[in-house]
Amino acid sequence: MNADKVLDAKGLACPMPIVKTRKEMKDMDSGQVLEIQATDKGASADLTAWAKSGGHELLEQQVDGDVLKFWIKKG
Amino acid sequence: MSVKAMTAAQVARKVIDNEPLFILDVRNGDAFADWKIEGGNIQYLNIPYFDLLDGVEEVIDQLPKDRDILVVCAKEGSSIMVADMLADEGVETAYLSGGMKAWSEHLEPVKVGDLNDGGELYQFVRIGKGCLSYMAISGVEAAVIDATRMTDVFLNFAQEKGAQIKHVFDSHLHADHISGGRKIAQATGATYYLPPADAEEVVFEYTPLEGGFEAVVGSSKVEALYSPGHTIGSTSFIVDDQYLMTGDILFIDSIGRPDLAGLAEDWVGDLRESLYSRYQALANELSVLPAHFMIMDELNEDGSVAKKLGDLFNENHGLNIEDEQEFRDMVTKNLPPQPNAYEDIRKTNMGKITPENEMQREMEIGPNRCAVR
Repeated sequence: MNADKVLDAKGLACPMPIVKTRKEMKDMDSGQVLEIQATDKGASADLTAWAKSGGHELLEQQVDGDVLKFWIKKG
Repeated sequence: MSVKAMTAAQVARKVIDNEPLFILDVRNGDAFADWKIEGGNIQYLNIPYFDLLDGVEEVIDQLPKDRDILVVCAKEGSSIMVADMLADEGVETAYLSGGMKAWSEHLEPVKVGDLNDGGELYQFVRIGKGCLSYMAISGVEAAVIDATRMTDVFLNFAQEKGAQIKHVFDSHLHADHISGGRKIAQATGATYYLPPADAEEVVFEYTPLEGGFEAVVGSSKVEALYSPGHTIGSTSFIVDDQYLMTGDILFIDSIGRPDLAGLAEDWVGDLRESLYSRYQALANELSVLPAHFMIMDELNEDGSVAKKLGDLFNENHGLNIEDEQEFRDMVTKNLPPQPNAYEDIRKTNMGKITPENEMQREMEIGPNRCAVR
């Protein structure tokens, strides 16, 4: 899936994946897609809940070995 | 203002002593709804940490000034962040060290009674998950029943008591938590017993535990009583004719569910016979010690989970259903959700898969859900 930007949050523990995702998203335009790569297992549930509460759309998530990948479209 | 850590052991003490506590749980709503720190005198507020990144001002009004505040998250990182932000606003809180993972793993040893010739029986209360394990100590020998995977706690406890663990039992093949039995047996040279009917797919060496078997532990004896129903192999233990370890067959305020190995319809008759015939034939004076508790109300004032069998025959709804069809419906229909990852937990307990420690932790997150009420 194509992304406008990629955020490497691998190796970061909660809350940092969300903190960084949020910061990245602030600099993006509505409709743009951010790809997030994380290794913290909690990121899956938290990014899903965060996207929903922030009005963003979680387009897809994949597991690639130890890395969790998320594509979120800015709302 | 500094932020203090509170350990799972300190929180467990507060829960057992019914002390007032306010929990600000900053996990996401689903995680909080699924599983949280339970207690009779706890007030809660659940706001995910990611809704507080812009500031905690709006939360402050919702926090009490007259009781301790504990900030809780999954692993601790987010709770430290939120506690720091609150401290910057002049609000003093503590965070739960190690988060809900540490809470899930904490074991509180509680003495439940005396055995023959000065022996002692201990219950290890896994307060965050509701699992109960046992250690009978007599002289320089010990036996362990239904150990959890925090094996160091059992090994260190026996060492402090100057006892060598000789026998390690699992009442059945667990589906809700990973057994520490095999590991403890390996570390101590003890014999590891499993009911053979549950162990058909087990890939390691074990000693079959048959009904009627007796193990000698110092001056005490542990007798095995075959009591199928939760699983086809489920076995109870009677220690010194005083204590009845019921595994996942009978709890204080509920009974076992027969479906976690996928065979609810087949095993419901066994469950009924174990509860209504086999246990009925035992002495009312036996102190029932289950492998789980489900709600905090099942804890006694000292934190132990135990009640006389005779009292349970009077008070436990699951032991008082005369109509067989009604009983069958209760334990096969409208069952609570199955425990998280229960299939992988069963495979781990069979030795078929060996997940890393971090993965084992993840698999066990959540409540145990082994009962029907």
